[in-house]
This record gives sequence, C-alpha cells and structure tokens, in this order.
Amino acid sequence: MIIADRKSLEEILDMIKDFKKILLVGCKGCVTVCNVGGEKEVGVLAVILKIARKKEGNPIEIDEKTLERQCDPEYVEQIRDIFDQYDAVLSMACGVGPQFLSEAYPSQRFFPAVDTKFFGGAVQHGIWEERCAGCGTCVIHHYDGLCPIARCSKSLQHGPCGGSADGKCEIAKDVECIWDTIVKKKMEQGRLEDLRTIRAPKDWQTARDGGPRKSIREELVQ
Amino acid sequence: MSNNGLKSGSNLEKVLKAGHFAFTGECGPPKGANVEHLKEKFEHLRGKVDAVNVTDNQTAVVRMSSAAASAIMAANGIEPNFQMVCRDRNRLAMMADILGVYSLGVRNMLCLSGDHQKFGNHPQSKNVFDIDSIQLIAMVKKMRDEGKFLNDEDIDEPPKMFIGAAANPFADPYEFRVYRLANKIDAGADFIQTQCIYNMPRFRDFIKMAVEMGLTEKAYILAGVTPMKSARMAQYMAKMVPGMDVPEALIERLKGAGKGKQAEEGIKFAIEQIDEFKEMEGVAGVHLMAIEWEHKVPEIAERAGVLPRPQVD
Ligand code: SF4
Ligand code: SF4
Repeated sequence: MIIADRKSLEEILDMIKDFKKILLVGCKGCVTVCNVGGEKEVGVLAVILKIARKKEGNPIEIDEKTLERQCDPEYVEQIRDIFDQYDAVLSMACGVGPQFLSEAYPSQRFFPAVDTKFFGGAVQHGIWEERCAGCGTCVIHHYDGLCPIARCSKSLQHGPCGGSADGKCEIAKDVECIWDTIVKKKMEQGRLEDLRTIRAPKDWQTARDGGPRKSIREELVQ
Repeated sequence: MSNNGLKSGSNLEKVLKAGHFAFTGECGPPKGANVEHLKEKFEHLRGKVDAVNVTDNQTAVVRMSSAAASAIMAANGIEPNFQMVCRDRNRLAMMADILGVYSLGVRNMLCLSGDHQKFGNHPQSKNVFDIDSIQLIAMVKKMRDEGKFLNDEDIDEPPKMFIGAAANPFADPYEFRVYRLANKIDAGADFIQTQCIYNMPRFRDFIKMAVEMGLTEKAYILAGVTPMKSARMAQYMAKMVPGMDVPEALIERLKGAGKGKQAEEGIKFAIEQIDEFKEMEGVAGVHLMAIEWEHKVPEIAERAGVLPRPQVD
C-alpha cells in the first residue's frame, strides 16, 4: 500500500492560516491502514487545529468527511453538494487524493495534510518500510523476491557495493543492506551462481523517467 | 587489435603488460577552479607513479570535475586515471564525458558506484544510479571494443580506454567479495585497484581466492595502500568509514610510536605492505592513495624501492 506521514502541525497551520472554514477530508484506503488519514486521524487533526487556532485568537471552523477512496471519481463525487461551502479543503489522503479532488472541483482549493512517501507495508506495529519503487518492470525474481531497485540506496543491480558492512547499508547503521540479505539467501540456498550473471542496464522508460504513466486495460474501457 | 596488441596504449597498460610492478597514485581535484593548486598537487607525483587517479566528487563532496582535472593533467604530461562514479550522471552524460576525456588525451578510467550523496556536502541532491559500476565497465568495453554506444549506434572514433574497477575485499558479505570481483572482470575490467588494505591476513586470503579462481590471470590487481598519518586517523577510519577494516593492532602500533612519530610509523607500515605486495602472488602493483599527502609520495616511492618508474615504449 501507499505509506504517508502526517505533515507537522506548524506546516498545516501555515497552509491554512488565511482560512476561516475548511473541510478536512480523509480516505478509507491506504492511509487508513497506515493510520495517517482515516476517520480517526481526521477527527484528531480537526481537534488539534481548532485548539491551535483558538489559542492564536483566530478560531477556525472545520467539518470532517472521510471518503471511501479519494482516488476514485465515484467516491470523489460524495462532496459535490458541500465542497463550495468552505474556504479550502484539506486532504488527508496520499498525494493522489487532493489531485482527484482538484480535478473534480476546479473552483475549490485543496491542500495536502500528509507527505506521501512510498509503497510498502508494516514490518511491525507502527513501523512501515519501503518495498517497491514502482519501476514498471518487476525483476525481483532475479533476486529471490527482494527488490534492490527500491531497497538498495543506489538501486544497484549488482551489489553489494563496497560500503556494505555487517548487513547494514553505508548510508546509516539502521538501514538494512538488502544486497547483504540477497547474497546470504543465495549462499544459504546454494545458488550463488545466480549472482554471477551480468545484467543489462535497466530500461527506465517504464519508471517515472519515461514520463507520467498510464495503465490502460482495454477490456474495461467503455 | 592495432596498437601493438594494446587495448588503450596507456602508460599504465604498457607497464603492466610488460610485467613490471605497477605503482599508481591519486590526486583529488581542488574545491574550486584553482588550477595552480591542482598542478602543485600532481607535480609531486611526476615521474614517481605510472598513472594518477583523479577522483570524481569523492565522498560526494563537490570539486572540480574529474574530467577537467584529468585533461589538465594529461596536457601537463602526467598520465591520469580518470575516475567516474554512477551517482552523478546518467548514461548519456557518462558516454559523453568518456568521449570528451578521451578526446583530451585520457586513456585510463576507473569505474565506480560512488559513495552515496548522504556522506557529502549536498545530501539534498537527487542520486542518479542509472547504471551501476558493473554496467559502466561493460559500457566502456562496448564503446572501446565494438565501437558502439549502449544503444548499438556506431561511435565515430571509439574511445580506447584501459578499463579499471575497484574492489573492496573488506566489505560484507566477505565470502561474496571475490565473486563481485569476478563479475567486474567478466564485465570487462582490465585492472583493479583495491580499497585501502590494513588487514593483511584478510587480504592474503582474498588474493589467494582470486588466484585460485584464475582472476589474477584475467586482470591486473593493484593493492590499495593509504599511509596512516596518525593513530587518530586510524581510529576515525575504523569507526566512520563503512567497509573499512583497520585492525586494533595497527592502531596500537601507531599509538606506541609516540607523539610526533606516528606519521613515520604509518609510512613504515605502508612500506612493509608494499614490500610484501611485491612478492605476493596475484598482485600486479600498488595503488598509493596518499590522501592530502601528495608531497610524501616521492619519499614513500623512494623508500619502497619502486623508483625509477619503468619506461615502456
Ligand atoms: S523491481 Fe520494480 S516493480 Fe518490482 S518491486 Fe522493485 S521497484 Fe517494484
Ligand atoms: S550498502 Fe548495500 S544497500 Fe547500501 S548502497 Fe551499498 S549495496 Fe546498496
């Protein structure tokens, strides 16, 4: 899923400083699962913002609404009747949400309350890690199901680099060197020879480098 | 192949091919456009080494480009070993720079991944890593031997480079390092310069494996030596530089030398190492990285008995 972190209170307060009445919109998709922008977090943020603004002597009115998904035009329609009753709309969805909202309601202004970070999952309660960089051509089968594109700090297709030490990446002692893990797995399973293959440079056209991407499923297009 | 069977005709290639024990040095370009400063640094190395590595934004700190500094060196009659990292350029810029430096007289290059920019003075920058060091080696080989760009288009006057790569015998997982070396040689590396060696037992073990795998027959391996200036430098490297193996015994030895004598002890250790490398099976030379200590190179070369450098035609 998509993992995000909430922006700092200071940053959010600064974004909405000129507004007296806003709509705070959450999303029941990924951001609910990673506890950053679901119904609960929308409620909490609304309270904090109201308290902060009251303290500043500049109270704000905030209505709350959490959509099924902000990345789906069908659910984006759910605020059609109310969107123009506010000075601005603050979205707690990933970066996709406020964009779908902006496109559906061009006359309104939308602000992001979260920083969208990566595709990953929870490795333990409260900790999420990156697993995929959406490169558009998955090659993890070459690396025993582990992705060096997303998980090696240098996206090396032939690692580990000379900075790998004690299973950690050269950039920080709390970052796993995924190449160490790949190599150890291959060695344990007696398939080190797999890593003796020289691979061609990756074709990044399927990644963001090829420009904004689209996925067309002909059979579904009406 | 033309050029008397030489791949590039560089001095380093000739020295190695003739079977001499090679001796290379290193020079970091200035943090500015100060050409005089650059010249002053590399002048210490004139006649003392077979080629001089010119670092490429080493440790991700921005400096005069390795391409320009290499060209200045070549124009001044000292042979550069142009370093190129994968961190700062995509394949277009890399191929362009390879053609550029070749046209300015550069004949050796060292292909590296590059330290992550997090270490450097612009950690905010975007990292490129379009290709990795092994793919870079293969790309330079393709440009040289097939006369083709990565996309298979013909090159009008291919760059004939003597292709180098780095190897760190001390990074982890240790058992895999020799295989990564093998990959680099398979990809097309003609010579290898290793990371600075301090743990001699581990290096002996590494080179033995390389010899057994036949790697030292396929590429020339130059052992990396960096003299320690002080026990503090040794401690710093042991702790702060990832993938660097500095045994406690060496730190103790430097400390034991006493105040004011640690630098000399560091040089003594480096000379002992060089003496051993000269005799070590599979080692074709030494790469001396006297970091910000270029002026010490003549003395170290003299005392290590590697002077005069061979002249090979
Ligand atoms: S190879 Fe590409 S698609 Fe597959 S997990 Fe890695 S980044 Fe994602
Ligand atoms: S230490 Fe490992 S994860 Fe980090 S850049 Fe090197 S190979 Fe990649």
